[in-house]
Amino acid sequence: MSAANCLVTNDWICGEYLRTRSAELTDATLQHVGITVVSVLLGLLVAFPLALLVRARPRLAAPVLGLTTLLYTVPSLAMFSLLLPFFGLSAALVVTGLVLYSLTILVRNILAGLDAVPAETREAARGMGYGGGRLLWEVELPLALPAVMAGVRMATVSTIALTTVGSIVGRGGLGNLIEDALPTFFKAQVLAASVLCVLLAVVADLALLGVQRLLTPWARIRTTRGAV
Amino acid sequence: MGAVSGAWSWLTTGANWAGNGGVWQRLGEHLYVSGVALLVACALALPLGLWLGHLGRGGAVAINVSNAGRAVPVFAVLALFMVSPLRNAGYVPTVTALVLFAVPPLLTHAYVGMREVDRAVVEAARGMGMSGGQLFRRVELPLARPMLMTGLRSAAVQVVATATIAAMVGQGGLGRIITAGFATYDTPQVVAGALLVALLALLVEALLVGADRLLGRRRPL
Repeated sequence: MSAANCLVTNDWICGEYLRTRSAELTDATLQHVGITVVSVLLGLLVAFPLALLVRARPRLAAPVLGLTTLLYTVPSLAMFSLLLPFFGLSAALVVTGLVLYSLTILVRNILAGLDAVPAETREAARGMGYGGGRLLWEVELPLALPAVMAGVRMATVSTIALTTVGSIVGRGGLGNLIEDALPTFFKAQVLAASVLCVLLAVVADLALLGVQRLLTPWARIRTTRGAV
Repeated sequence: MGAVSGAWSWLTTGANWAGNGGVWQRLGEHLYVSGVALLVACALALPLGLWLGHLGRGGAVAINVSNAGRAVPVFAVLALFMVSPLRNAGYVPTVTALVLFAVPPLLTHAYVGMREVDRAVVEAARGMGMSGGQLFRRVELPLARPMLMTGLRSAAVQVVATATIAAMVGQGGLGRIITAGFATYDTPQVVAGALLVALLALLVEALLVGADRLLGRRRPL
Protein backbone atom coordinates (compact mmCIF):
# COMPACT_ATOMS: atom_id res chain seq x y z
CA MET A 1 0.00 0.00 0.00
CA SER A 2 2.70 2.46 1.00
CA ALA A 3 4.71 1.30 -2.01
CA ALA A 4 1.98 2.46 -4.41
CA ASN A 5 1.59 5.70 -2.46
CA CYS A 6 5.12 6.83 -3.21
CA LEU A 7 3.97 7.74 -6.73
CA VAL A 8 1.24 9.93 -5.26
CA THR A 9 3.40 11.60 -2.61
CA ASN A 10 6.20 12.07 -5.18
CA ASP A 11 9.00 10.48 -3.17
CA TRP A 12 12.60 10.53 -4.41
CA ILE A 13 12.91 6.76 -4.23
CA CYS A 14 9.93 4.77 -5.39
CA GLY A 15 9.96 1.03 -5.93
CA GLU A 16 6.56 1.18 -7.56
CA TYR A 17 7.94 3.54 -10.22
CA LEU A 18 10.81 1.19 -11.05
CA ARG A 19 8.37 -1.76 -11.29
CA THR A 20 5.70 -0.12 -13.43
CA ARG A 21 8.02 1.76 -15.78
CA SER A 22 10.77 -0.82 -16.18
CA ALA A 23 10.06 -1.12 -19.93
CA GLU A 24 10.41 2.64 -20.37
CA LEU A 25 13.64 2.69 -18.37
CA THR A 26 15.07 -0.21 -20.39
CA ASP A 27 14.21 1.48 -23.70
CA ALA A 28 15.85 4.73 -22.63
CA THR A 29 18.95 2.92 -21.38
CA LEU A 30 19.25 0.97 -24.63
CA GLN A 31 18.92 4.16 -26.67
CA HIS A 32 21.57 5.77 -24.47
CA VAL A 33 23.96 2.84 -24.90
CA GLY A 34 23.29 2.71 -28.65
CA ILE A 35 24.00 6.40 -29.19
CA THR A 36 27.16 6.21 -27.07
CA VAL A 37 28.54 3.09 -28.80
CA VAL A 38 27.90 4.42 -32.31
CA SER A 39 29.39 7.82 -31.41
CA VAL A 40 32.58 6.43 -29.89
CA LEU A 41 33.10 3.92 -32.73
CA LEU A 42 32.58 6.60 -35.38
CA GLY A 43 34.84 8.91 -33.35
CA LEU A 44 37.58 6.25 -33.46
CA LEU A 45 37.05 5.74 -37.21
CA VAL A 46 37.56 9.48 -37.81
CA ALA A 47 40.25 10.08 -35.18
CA PHE A 48 42.49 7.26 -36.35
CA PRO A 49 43.22 8.48 -39.89
CA LEU A 50 43.50 12.03 -38.51
CA ALA A 51 46.16 10.92 -36.02
CA LEU A 52 48.05 9.03 -38.74
CA LEU A 53 47.85 12.06 -41.03
CA VAL A 54 49.19 14.37 -38.33
CA ARG A 55 52.01 11.93 -37.65
CA ALA A 56 52.96 11.68 -41.32
CA ARG A 57 52.73 15.46 -41.85
CA PRO A 58 53.78 17.18 -38.61
CA ARG A 59 53.01 20.54 -40.18
CA LEU A 60 49.31 19.64 -39.97
CA ALA A 61 49.53 19.03 -36.22
CA ALA A 62 48.75 22.58 -35.14
CA PRO A 63 45.67 23.07 -37.37
CA VAL A 64 44.19 19.61 -36.71
CA LEU A 65 44.72 19.69 -32.93
CA GLY A 66 43.63 23.34 -32.81
CA LEU A 67 40.42 22.61 -34.70
CA THR A 68 39.43 19.62 -32.57
CA THR A 69 40.13 21.62 -29.40
CA LEU A 70 38.06 24.48 -30.80
CA LEU A 71 35.15 22.06 -31.36
CA TYR A 72 35.43 20.98 -27.73
CA THR A 73 34.89 24.60 -26.64
CA VAL A 74 31.48 24.82 -28.31
CA PRO A 75 28.76 24.23 -25.67
CA SER A 76 26.81 21.02 -26.25
CA LEU A 77 23.42 22.71 -26.50
CA ALA A 78 24.84 25.07 -29.14
CA MET A 79 26.58 22.21 -30.97
CA PHE A 80 23.37 20.20 -31.33
CA SER A 81 21.48 23.34 -32.35
CA LEU A 82 24.06 24.39 -34.95
CA LEU A 83 23.83 20.94 -36.59
CA LEU A 84 20.02 21.16 -36.65
CA PRO A 85 19.70 22.67 -40.15
CA PHE A 86 21.79 19.82 -41.61
CA PHE A 87 20.27 16.80 -39.89
CA GLY A 88 16.84 17.83 -38.59
CA LEU A 89 15.50 16.29 -35.39
CA SER A 90 17.28 12.94 -35.71
CA ALA A 91 19.63 10.61 -33.89
CA ALA A 92 22.25 11.40 -36.56
CA LEU A 93 22.32 14.96 -35.21
CA VAL A 94 23.17 13.84 -31.68
CA VAL A 95 25.69 11.25 -32.88
CA THR A 96 27.47 13.80 -35.11
CA GLY A 97 27.77 16.25 -32.23
CA LEU A 98 29.12 13.58 -29.90
CA VAL A 99 31.63 12.34 -32.52
CA LEU A 100 32.96 15.91 -32.90
CA TYR A 101 33.42 16.14 -29.13
CA SER A 102 35.19 12.78 -28.86
CA LEU A 103 37.76 13.76 -31.51
CA THR A 104 39.71 16.05 -29.18
CA ILE A 105 40.42 13.30 -26.67
CA LEU A 106 40.85 10.46 -29.18
CA VAL A 107 43.24 12.18 -31.63
CA ARG A 108 45.47 13.41 -28.79
CA ASN A 109 45.65 10.01 -27.11
CA ILE A 110 46.27 8.03 -30.30
CA LEU A 111 49.09 10.43 -31.20
CA ALA A 112 50.57 10.28 -27.71
CA GLY A 113 50.46 6.46 -27.80
CA LEU A 114 52.16 6.22 -31.20
CA ASP A 115 54.79 8.81 -30.24
CA ALA A 116 55.66 6.82 -27.12
CA VAL A 117 56.75 3.74 -29.13
CA PRO A 118 60.54 3.53 -28.65
CA ALA A 119 62.56 4.33 -31.78
CA GLU A 120 64.73 1.22 -31.23
CA THR A 121 61.65 -0.99 -31.35
CA ARG A 122 60.63 0.58 -34.63
CA GLU A 123 64.17 0.16 -36.02
CA ALA A 124 64.31 -3.46 -34.91
CA ALA A 125 61.01 -4.23 -36.64
CA ARG A 126 62.21 -2.46 -39.81
CA GLY A 127 65.42 -4.46 -39.66
CA MET A 128 63.39 -7.65 -39.47
CA GLY A 129 61.76 -6.63 -42.74
CA TYR A 130 58.49 -5.16 -41.49
CA GLY A 131 56.86 -2.79 -44.00
CA GLY A 132 54.98 0.38 -43.01
CA GLY A 133 51.55 -1.25 -42.69
CA ARG A 134 52.74 -4.31 -40.84
CA LEU A 135 54.87 -2.14 -38.55
CA LEU A 136 51.80 -0.09 -37.68
CA TRP A 137 49.41 -3.00 -37.07
CA GLU A 138 51.72 -5.51 -35.44
CA VAL A 139 54.18 -3.34 -33.52
CA GLU A 140 53.16 0.27 -33.05
CA LEU A 141 49.43 -0.15 -32.40
CA PRO A 142 49.76 -2.88 -29.75
CA LEU A 143 52.35 -0.76 -27.95
CA ALA A 144 50.17 2.35 -28.23
CA LEU A 145 47.12 0.46 -26.97
CA PRO A 146 47.23 1.60 -23.31
CA ALA A 147 47.24 5.28 -24.30
CA VAL A 148 44.57 4.71 -26.97
CA MET A 149 42.37 2.84 -24.49
CA ALA A 150 42.80 5.61 -21.91
CA GLY A 151 41.45 7.99 -24.55
CA VAL A 152 38.57 5.66 -25.44
CA ARG A 153 37.61 5.39 -21.76
CA MET A 154 37.61 9.16 -21.27
CA ALA A 155 35.69 9.73 -24.50
CA THR A 156 33.11 7.06 -23.61
CA VAL A 157 32.47 8.41 -20.13
CA SER A 158 32.04 11.99 -21.27
CA THR A 159 29.91 10.86 -24.24
CA ILE A 160 27.54 9.05 -21.86
CA ALA A 161 27.20 12.26 -19.83
CA LEU A 162 26.74 14.47 -22.91
CA THR A 163 24.16 12.20 -24.53
CA THR A 164 21.57 13.47 -22.02
CA VAL A 165 21.70 16.92 -23.65
CA GLY A 166 20.46 15.23 -26.85
CA SER A 167 17.04 15.23 -25.19
CA ILE A 168 16.59 18.74 -26.62
CA VAL A 169 15.87 16.96 -29.93
CA GLY A 170 14.24 13.95 -28.26
CA ARG A 171 17.22 11.60 -28.74
CA GLY A 172 18.89 11.79 -25.35
CA GLY A 173 18.32 8.28 -24.02
CA LEU A 174 17.98 8.62 -20.25
CA GLY A 175 18.02 12.41 -20.72
CA ASN A 176 14.57 12.12 -22.33
CA LEU A 177 13.18 10.67 -19.10
CA ILE A 178 14.71 13.54 -17.13
CA GLU A 179 13.26 16.13 -19.47
CA ASP A 180 9.81 14.48 -19.44
CA ALA A 181 9.77 14.46 -15.64
CA LEU A 182 10.83 18.10 -15.18
CA PRO A 183 7.56 19.96 -15.80
CA THR A 184 5.71 17.87 -13.21
CA PHE A 185 8.63 17.70 -10.71
CA PHE A 186 8.45 13.90 -10.87
CA LYS A 187 11.32 13.21 -8.46
CA ALA A 188 11.51 9.41 -8.73
CA GLN A 189 11.97 9.55 -12.50
CA VAL A 190 14.62 12.31 -12.44
CA LEU A 191 16.61 10.51 -9.76
CA ALA A 192 16.31 7.06 -11.33
CA ALA A 193 17.38 8.29 -14.78
CA SER A 194 20.29 10.31 -13.33
CA VAL A 195 21.55 7.41 -11.24
CA LEU A 196 21.26 5.01 -14.19
CA CYS A 197 23.27 7.45 -16.29
CA VAL A 198 26.13 7.61 -13.78
CA LEU A 199 26.00 3.82 -13.30
CA LEU A 200 26.22 3.38 -17.06
CA ALA A 201 29.37 5.52 -17.13
CA VAL A 202 30.98 3.53 -14.31
CA VAL A 203 30.09 0.15 -15.89
CA ALA A 204 31.36 1.28 -19.31
CA ASP A 205 34.63 2.50 -17.79
CA LEU A 206 35.20 -0.80 -15.96
CA ALA A 207 34.25 -2.85 -19.04
CA LEU A 208 36.75 -0.93 -21.18
CA LEU A 209 39.40 -1.43 -18.52
CA GLY A 210 38.70 -5.17 -18.78
CA VAL A 211 38.98 -5.04 -22.58
CA GLN A 212 42.30 -3.26 -22.25
CA ARG A 213 43.63 -5.98 -19.92
CA LEU A 214 42.49 -8.68 -22.35
CA LEU A 215 44.13 -6.92 -25.28
CA THR A 216 47.45 -6.35 -23.52
CA PRO A 217 48.32 -9.67 -21.87
CA TRP A 218 52.04 -8.78 -21.87
CA ALA A 219 51.40 -5.82 -19.53
CA ARG A 220 49.78 -8.18 -17.02
CA ILE A 221 52.69 -10.63 -17.10
CA ARG A 222 55.12 -7.79 -16.55
CA THR A 223 53.23 -6.46 -13.53
CA THR A 224 52.85 -9.87 -11.87
CA ARG A 225 56.55 -10.55 -12.36
CA GLY A 226 57.29 -7.13 -10.94
CA ALA A 227 55.20 -7.91 -7.90
CA VAL A 228 57.04 -11.12 -7.12
CA MET B 1 21.49 27.93 -46.13
CA GLY B 2 17.97 29.11 -45.36
CA ALA B 3 18.70 28.64 -41.68
CA VAL B 4 21.95 30.58 -41.84
CA SER B 5 20.49 33.59 -43.63
CA GLY B 6 17.49 33.36 -41.30
CA ALA B 7 19.82 33.35 -38.31
CA TRP B 8 21.61 36.39 -39.71
CA SER B 9 18.41 38.35 -40.11
CA TRP B 10 17.35 37.27 -36.58
CA LEU B 11 20.64 38.56 -35.21
CA THR B 12 20.43 41.84 -37.11
CA THR B 13 16.90 42.57 -35.89
CA GLY B 14 17.23 45.11 -33.09
CA ALA B 15 14.01 44.00 -31.43
CA ASN B 16 15.55 40.59 -30.60
CA TRP B 17 18.28 42.26 -28.57
CA ALA B 18 16.28 44.68 -26.48
CA GLY B 19 13.86 44.28 -23.61
CA ASN B 20 12.76 41.41 -21.42
CA GLY B 21 14.15 38.10 -22.72
CA GLY B 22 16.28 39.91 -25.30
CA VAL B 23 19.86 38.99 -26.10
CA TRP B 24 21.35 41.65 -23.83
CA GLN B 25 19.37 40.47 -20.81
CA ARG B 26 20.22 36.80 -21.47
CA LEU B 27 23.88 37.67 -21.97
CA GLY B 28 23.87 39.57 -18.67
CA GLU B 29 22.32 36.57 -16.85
CA HIS B 30 24.79 34.24 -18.50
CA LEU B 31 27.84 36.29 -17.54
CA TYR B 32 26.55 36.94 -14.01
CA VAL B 33 25.86 33.27 -13.23
CA SER B 34 29.11 32.09 -14.89
CA GLY B 35 31.19 34.74 -13.15
CA VAL B 36 29.83 34.04 -9.69
CA ALA B 37 30.24 30.29 -10.18
CA LEU B 38 33.81 30.62 -11.44
CA LEU B 39 34.79 32.86 -8.51
CA VAL B 40 33.28 30.47 -5.96
CA ALA B 41 34.93 27.48 -7.65
CA CYS B 42 38.33 29.22 -7.67
CA ALA B 43 37.95 30.18 -4.00
CA LEU B 44 37.23 26.53 -3.14
CA ALA B 45 39.51 24.58 -5.48
CA LEU B 46 42.67 26.67 -5.89
CA PRO B 47 43.75 26.94 -2.22
CA LEU B 48 43.04 23.24 -1.72
CA GLY B 49 44.81 22.12 -4.90
CA LEU B 50 47.83 24.36 -4.30
CA TRP B 51 48.09 23.29 -0.67
CA LEU B 52 47.86 19.58 -1.50
CA GLY B 53 50.41 20.09 -4.26
CA HIS B 54 52.74 21.93 -1.89
CA LEU B 55 52.50 19.07 0.60
CA GLY B 56 52.69 16.49 -2.17
CA ARG B 57 49.73 14.58 -0.82
CA GLY B 58 46.23 13.73 -2.04
CA GLY B 59 47.10 13.19 -5.67
CA ALA B 60 44.71 10.26 -5.97
CA VAL B 61 41.90 12.43 -4.59
CA ALA B 62 42.56 15.17 -7.15
CA ILE B 63 42.63 12.75 -10.08
CA ASN B 64 39.56 10.81 -8.95
CA VAL B 65 37.53 13.97 -8.39
CA SER B 66 38.42 15.03 -11.90
CA ASN B 67 37.43 11.70 -13.45
CA ALA B 68 34.15 11.61 -11.53
CA GLY B 69 33.39 15.12 -12.80
CA ARG B 70 33.52 13.86 -16.37
CA ALA B 71 31.09 11.04 -15.69
CA VAL B 72 28.32 13.10 -14.11
CA PRO B 73 25.83 14.49 -16.63
CA VAL B 74 25.38 18.26 -16.24
CA PHE B 75 21.77 18.06 -17.30
CA ALA B 76 20.95 15.38 -14.71
CA VAL B 77 22.51 17.39 -11.88
CA LEU B 78 20.67 20.57 -12.84
CA ALA B 79 17.43 18.61 -13.15
CA LEU B 80 17.93 17.08 -9.70
CA PHE B 81 18.37 20.56 -8.24
CA MET B 82 15.28 21.80 -10.05
CA VAL B 83 12.98 19.13 -8.61
CA SER B 84 14.39 19.67 -5.12
CA PRO B 85 13.28 22.51 -2.79
CA LEU B 86 16.30 24.48 -4.06
CA ARG B 87 14.34 25.42 -7.21
CA ASN B 88 12.80 28.40 -5.41
CA ALA B 89 16.22 29.79 -4.48
CA GLY B 90 16.78 31.81 -7.67
CA TYR B 91 20.26 31.32 -9.12
CA VAL B 92 21.45 29.03 -6.30
CA PRO B 93 20.83 25.70 -8.12
CA THR B 94 22.52 26.83 -11.34
CA VAL B 95 25.51 28.33 -9.55
CA THR B 96 25.88 25.23 -7.35
CA ALA B 97 25.85 22.92 -10.36
CA LEU B 98 28.36 25.10 -12.21
CA VAL B 99 30.68 25.19 -9.20
CA LEU B 100 30.47 21.40 -9.04
CA PHE B 101 31.70 21.14 -12.64
CA ALA B 102 34.35 23.85 -12.41
CA VAL B 103 36.07 22.44 -9.32
CA PRO B 104 37.56 19.24 -10.88
CA PRO B 105 39.65 20.90 -13.64
CA LEU B 106 40.80 23.66 -11.26
CA LEU B 107 41.74 21.22 -8.51
CA THR B 108 43.57 18.76 -10.77
CA HIS B 109 45.51 21.39 -12.67
CA ALA B 110 46.52 23.23 -9.48
CA TYR B 111 47.72 19.98 -7.95
CA VAL B 112 49.53 18.69 -11.04
CA GLY B 113 51.06 22.12 -11.69
CA MET B 114 52.54 22.21 -8.20
CA ARG B 115 53.79 18.62 -8.40
CA GLU B 116 55.47 19.16 -11.75
CA VAL B 117 57.70 21.91 -10.40
CA ASP B 118 61.26 20.61 -10.76
CA ARG B 119 62.24 18.94 -7.47
CA ALA B 120 65.84 20.12 -7.90
CA VAL B 121 64.66 23.75 -8.01
CA VAL B 122 62.61 23.23 -4.85
CA GLU B 123 65.57 21.64 -3.08
CA ALA B 124 67.84 24.50 -4.17
CA ALA B 125 65.37 27.06 -2.83
CA ARG B 126 65.21 25.16 0.46
CA GLY B 127 68.99 25.07 0.56
CA MET B 128 69.05 28.85 0.13
CA GLY B 129 67.07 29.02 3.37
CA MET B 130 63.60 29.80 2.01
CA SER B 131 60.74 29.11 4.39
CA GLY B 132 57.71 27.08 3.27
CA GLY B 133 55.75 30.26 2.54
CA GLN B 134 58.56 31.90 0.57
CA LEU B 135 59.12 28.71 -1.38
CA PHE B 136 55.43 28.60 -2.23
CA ARG B 137 55.13 32.27 -3.27
CA ARG B 138 58.45 32.81 -5.05
CA VAL B 139 59.23 29.41 -6.56
CA GLU B 140 56.36 26.97 -6.76
CA LEU B 141 53.52 29.36 -7.66
CA PRO B 142 55.29 31.12 -10.58
CA LEU B 143 56.46 27.80 -11.99
CA ALA B 144 52.99 26.23 -11.66
CA ARG B 145 51.32 29.22 -13.33
CA PRO B 146 51.05 27.82 -16.90
CA MET B 147 49.27 24.71 -15.58
CA LEU B 148 47.05 26.84 -13.34
CA MET B 149 46.01 28.96 -16.30
CA THR B 150 45.21 25.84 -18.35
CA GLY B 151 42.95 24.69 -15.52
CA LEU B 152 41.34 28.11 -15.28
CA ARG B 153 40.70 28.09 -19.03
CA SER B 154 39.06 24.69 -19.11
CA ALA B 155 37.02 25.57 -16.02
CA ALA B 156 35.87 28.89 -17.47
CA VAL B 157 34.89 27.37 -20.82
CA GLN B 158 33.12 24.52 -19.06
CA VAL B 159 31.19 26.97 -16.88
CA VAL B 160 30.10 29.09 -19.85
CA ALA B 161 29.06 25.95 -21.72
CA THR B 162 27.22 24.47 -18.76
CA ALA B 163 25.37 27.72 -18.04
CA THR B 164 23.74 27.14 -21.45
CA ILE B 165 22.20 23.89 -20.27
CA ALA B 166 20.57 25.77 -17.36
CA ALA B 167 17.99 26.90 -19.92
CA MET B 168 16.86 23.26 -20.34
CA VAL B 169 15.61 23.31 -16.74
CA GLY B 170 13.97 26.71 -17.13
CA GLN B 171 16.75 28.94 -15.78
CA GLY B 172 18.07 32.09 -17.48
CA GLY B 173 21.07 32.63 -19.71
CA LEU B 174 21.80 32.54 -23.43
CA GLY B 175 20.56 28.96 -23.73
CA ARG B 176 17.03 30.34 -23.31
CA ILE B 177 17.21 31.77 -26.82
CA ILE B 178 17.88 28.24 -28.14
CA THR B 179 15.22 26.50 -26.05
CA ALA B 180 12.66 29.20 -26.86
CA GLY B 181 13.41 28.67 -30.55
CA PHE B 182 12.92 24.92 -30.16
CA ALA B 183 9.60 25.45 -28.41
CA THR B 184 8.24 27.53 -31.31
CA TYR B 185 9.92 25.52 -34.13
CA ASP B 186 11.86 28.67 -35.03
CA THR B 187 15.05 27.20 -36.54
CA PRO B 188 16.65 30.58 -37.44
CA GLN B 189 16.35 31.62 -33.79
CA VAL B 190 17.82 28.29 -32.61
CA VAL B 191 20.82 28.69 -34.93
CA ALA B 192 21.22 32.38 -33.98
CA GLY B 193 21.23 31.49 -30.27
CA ALA B 194 23.69 28.65 -30.83
CA LEU B 195 26.01 30.99 -32.74
CA LEU B 196 25.88 33.52 -29.90
CA VAL B 197 26.69 30.87 -27.30
CA ALA B 198 29.51 29.34 -29.36
CA LEU B 199 30.99 32.80 -29.96
CA LEU B 200 30.83 33.63 -26.25
CA ALA B 201 32.63 30.40 -25.32
CA LEU B 202 35.35 31.04 -27.90
CA LEU B 203 35.66 34.68 -26.77
CA VAL B 204 36.15 33.62 -23.15
CA GLU B 205 38.82 31.14 -24.23
CA ALA B 206 40.58 33.77 -26.37
CA LEU B 207 40.45 36.38 -23.58
CA LEU B 208 42.00 33.99 -21.08
CA VAL B 209 44.74 32.95 -23.52
CA GLY B 210 45.48 36.66 -24.04
CA ALA B 211 45.52 37.38 -20.31
CA ASP B 212 47.87 34.44 -19.80
CA ARG B 213 50.30 35.83 -22.44
CA LEU B 214 50.25 39.27 -20.82
CA LEU B 215 50.91 37.79 -17.39
CA GLY B 216 53.71 35.63 -18.73
CA ARG B 217 55.38 38.61 -20.41
CA ARG B 218 55.17 40.80 -17.32
CA ARG B 219 56.95 38.25 -15.22
CA PRO B 220 59.83 36.71 -17.12
CA LEU B 221 61.39 33.77 -15.34
